[in-house]
Amino acid sequence: MSDKPKIGLYWCASCGGCEESVVDLAEDILDVVEAVDIIFWPVAMDFKRADVEAMDDRSITATLINGAVRTSEQEEMVRLLRRKSAVIIAYGSCAHLGGIPGMANQFDREQILRYVYEDAPTVVNDEKTRPATAHRFNGSEATLPVFHATVRALDQVIDVDYYIPGCAPTPALLKAAVEALLTGTLPPKGTVLAPDIALCDECPRKESKPEDLRIERFHRPHAVMADPDTCLLAQGIVCMGPATRGGCEALCVKGNMPCTGCFGPTSRVRDQGAKILSSLAASVAADEEADIISILSTIPDPIGTFYRYGLPGSLLRKLLSQSSWTGGTSHHA
Amino acid sequence: MKGNGDIRIGFYICHCGTNIAGLIDVARIAEYAGTLPGVVVARDYKYMCSDPGQDLLREDIAAYHLMRIVVASCSPLLHEQTFRRAAEKGGINPYFVQMVNIREHGTWVHDDAEYMTGKAMDMVRAAVLRVYAHQPLERKQVPITPDVLIVGGGIAGIHAALTMADAGKHVYLVEREPTIGGHMAQFDKTFPTLDCAACILTPKMTAVKAHPNITLWTWSEVEKVDGFIGNFTVTVKRKARYVDEDLCVGCMECIEACIYKQGKFPDEFNMGLSKRKPIFIPFPQAVPPVPVIDPGQCLHLKKGTCKDTCVEICADRKAINFEQEPEYKEIEVGAIILATGFTPFDATRIPYYGYGKYPNVYTALELERLVNASGPTGGEVRLPDGRTPERVAIVHCVGSRDEHYNRWCSRVCCMYSMKLAHLVKEKTHAEIFNFYIDMRAPGKSMEEFYNRISSEGIHLVRGRVADVYPETLEKKTNGQIGRVIVQAEDTLIGRIRKIPVDMLILSTGLQPRIDAEEIRRMFNISCSAGGFFLERHPKLAPVNTFTDGIFLAGTCQGPKDIPDTVAQAGAAASEALALIDRGVFELEPNTAYIMEDDCSGCKSCIPLCPYTAIAFKEEKQKAEINEALCKGCGTCVASCPSGSIRQHLFEDEEIYREIRGLLAYA
Repeated sequence: MSDKPKIGLYWCASCGGCEESVVDLAEDILDVVEAVDIIFWPVAMDFKRADVEAMDDRSITATLINGAVRTSEQEEMVRLLRRKSAVIIAYGSCAHLGGIPGMANQFDREQILRYVYEDAPTVVNDEKTRPATAHRFNGSEATLPVFHATVRALDQVIDVDYYIPGCAPTPALLKAAVEALLTGTLPPKGTVLAPDIALCDECPRKESKPEDLRIERFHRPHAVMADPDTCLLAQGIVCMGPATRGGCEALCVKGNMPCTGCFGPTSRVRDQGAKILSSLAASVAADEEADIISILSTIPDPIGTFYRYGLPGSLLRKLLSQSSWTGGTSHHA
Repeated sequence: MKGNGDIRIGFYICHCGTNIAGLIDVARIAEYAGTLPGVVVARDYKYMCSDPGQDLLREDIAAYHLMRIVVASCSPLLHEQTFRRAAEKGGINPYFVQMVNIREHGTWVHDDAEYMTGKAMDMVRAAVLRVYAHQPLERKQVPITPDVLIVGGGIAGIHAALTMADAGKHVYLVEREPTIGGHMAQFDKTFPTLDCAACILTPKMTAVKAHPNITLWTWSEVEKVDGFIGNFTVTVKRKARYVDEDLCVGCMECIEACIYKQGKFPDEFNMGLSKRKPIFIPFPQAVPPVPVIDPGQCLHLKKGTCKDTCVEICADRKAINFEQEPEYKEIEVGAIILATGFTPFDATRIPYYGYGKYPNVYTALELERLVNASGPTGGEVRLPDGRTPERVAIVHCVGSRDEHYNRWCSRVCCMYSMKLAHLVKEKTHAEIFNFYIDMRAPGKSMEEFYNRISSEGIHLVRGRVADVYPETLEKKTNGQIGRVIVQAEDTLIGRIRKIPVDMLILSTGLQPRIDAEEIRRMFNISCSAGGFFLERHPKLAPVNTFTDGIFLAGTCQGPKDIPDTVAQAGAAASEALALIDRGVFELEPNTAYIMEDDCSGCKSCIPLCPYTAIAFKEEKQKAEINEALCKGCGTCVASCPSGSIRQHLFEDEEIYREIRGLLAYA
């Protein structure tokens, strides 16, 4: 092995899009391969867990981990990689914030398993068989990872040094991050490697945003023909741009689709969904409670709209099952 | 829980006599506070707000090198300034003080001593943690323009204008009608003294006109208000009068010479009970004594064909100017007094009283004109058919104290109804019936007035009038107007009474001006539930509004009689004077501010600001907060979707530390 910096890539609960985004570097990937040794990349290269275990601690220069953490296997792997890597970069929305899989935190484990293995209309499972962590068959034992109660973002499991946001991250952000890594010009630990200003700043439709939106009803993007030049919020389409970190080059908006918030909030915001909600709710063109409710009811899936990528790390976090309520008794009583 | 580093905190808990110490063990809380991070001295004291209490703070700052102060006592509304001043005198920044309200939020609302002691400890812990993160802040000063704008030339505006002008301030008095005087000019006599309204009002009107410090703009309206306390920029529209105020000498010959030999159009001042010409003056003592031409009625202005006899008679003075255009004046003022008055309740809204249906049903304001010597009948109370009424009913509370119309008591109707009863009886010797719900006579000399009038032989019927209908459906052949029957339950005898009368007078209540909402928006103030302008505090700041530099006088704030209106106008004037004479206005530093590099220019905050303090700066493509307008409400801070607005004294760290402290028991 050469003395080139060693880079690892790993995936947890993810769709594979982040892996694609690495490939999206296109010919630039050759420069990367030239500059570093990729020592672990399950999606593309045949290295095993034992190979990683055999490495010295902190011997990997940096590991980019995408995907959220749901299973015991994912947790074990990220803890292992943390031990072996000098720098851990949470890559993509799922590792950064919990991502799309994080929306599963609206349901508890039992609800999820029951639906997936019993109630879903396409499932035939009269014996109500569920995956077991261990199963003996023909004298040998097969095992599966434990399915945890909740989905967690990477930094809810291990210490994370940097974040590259996006669903998926853009090649430009990845390239800039790799360059910073190779030239030793990384910012302070904990930084999200993207601009810290909301998307409106770079949005090509910024000038068309009125001061007062006065939203009379919300439209879902597929239900209207959006004008390609006017601020989408001004057209009643929920755009997360004002509450979302920029740096994505406004790709969705340029494709006439609203921002769905995948870059997460700016560093100054604790809860992205709450922020856009308090801002949008104030733009509703009604004063009476009934009218307000009727306008807000045109958003059929508020959590999926406002917390699409960030539920696990938000103030809402997860469904608290009824049984876990402690009740509101006074602490001094 | 994170500690408080090297910050040295002094903690003080006030007994407030027995208000606080009567329920909780203050010594125990002081002892507890002494164990909290950074607290180097913790004391309890009988009255922290007293001079010795404040001295204690100052001495401890020196002795213990205190850097922060926490005082657990009453609401910060009461003594935050006291303790900030004490800290400042002690040599530390006044904003290094944090108060814990364990009285209003504590001992006054709880009776369980143990519970309250625990709650007080939580609150104290929150404040001790919070105050660590406090930053030194400075009050900024804004200079005050010494001129003042008064909107509305009724008795309130007149009195405020004269008070300010006599104190040497330059006043712009803007009135939308052609003359000042307002409703008071329409009244005949005033209760409870029965002195003539005009006799006491017109000298003040003349004084306004003559005062060198007053710029009087009648037939004018405020169009636009920008700026903030001390620095308002106001645009006033001077409507075209078609008679040049500078050239007119008030001879009124033009009115005489008008091509219309008789009045043809309803005279607004006389409530339509007489007719006037297209060129007119509302009443003989109008100020300024300059006629006005109604462009919708004047033949020259409407059709362009007239002999222009008015121009002819005016001759060389050339005061008539058909070419006049509205003029827009922009003025700079430091303070604004709103004295925009009221509108009487529209009696046609209650159909069963028959106003507008029966010719002998009048409103009280119409009666004021009828009994007035300069009114349409020369002061004689006559029915439209020329007869003098023999029986007259007066209905109190028309539109007032009524859940279907206005819920409030209009405060003046009982007394003016008694006054009208007296005046009508005096002029006609008619039999008078006053229908009232409750007789309300508060205030100086009012009960005496009520007793005096009620002993003059009028009938007081306690009951709300339920119906008014004609005595007979047959039309009188002699052209006479038939009587109406007033039906009410006399609740004192428990009987329904049906009283036929020749004349019915409706004592209509007071309600906000039709355009009060527009005015409210223009001046950025608030309205109370009924639509009258909202004072900052009903008892302690009755002439202030929530917008600094804007004051209220008279009935725009709520129904009131003339003495109260004048008193309030004087109060508004002295508040404005105090502001102007101070020369500068100190801004509280707890304002919101935008971190310019972080603002994405999404404009979300702009419509949310209740004080219109935020503007979008096109050149920077960012939002900007005007510190002088910001009241520190925090709305924009909470709503900024990218967290790019912060607020002094309410920084995230301060709030999070406070929450952590509060919830540390959990």
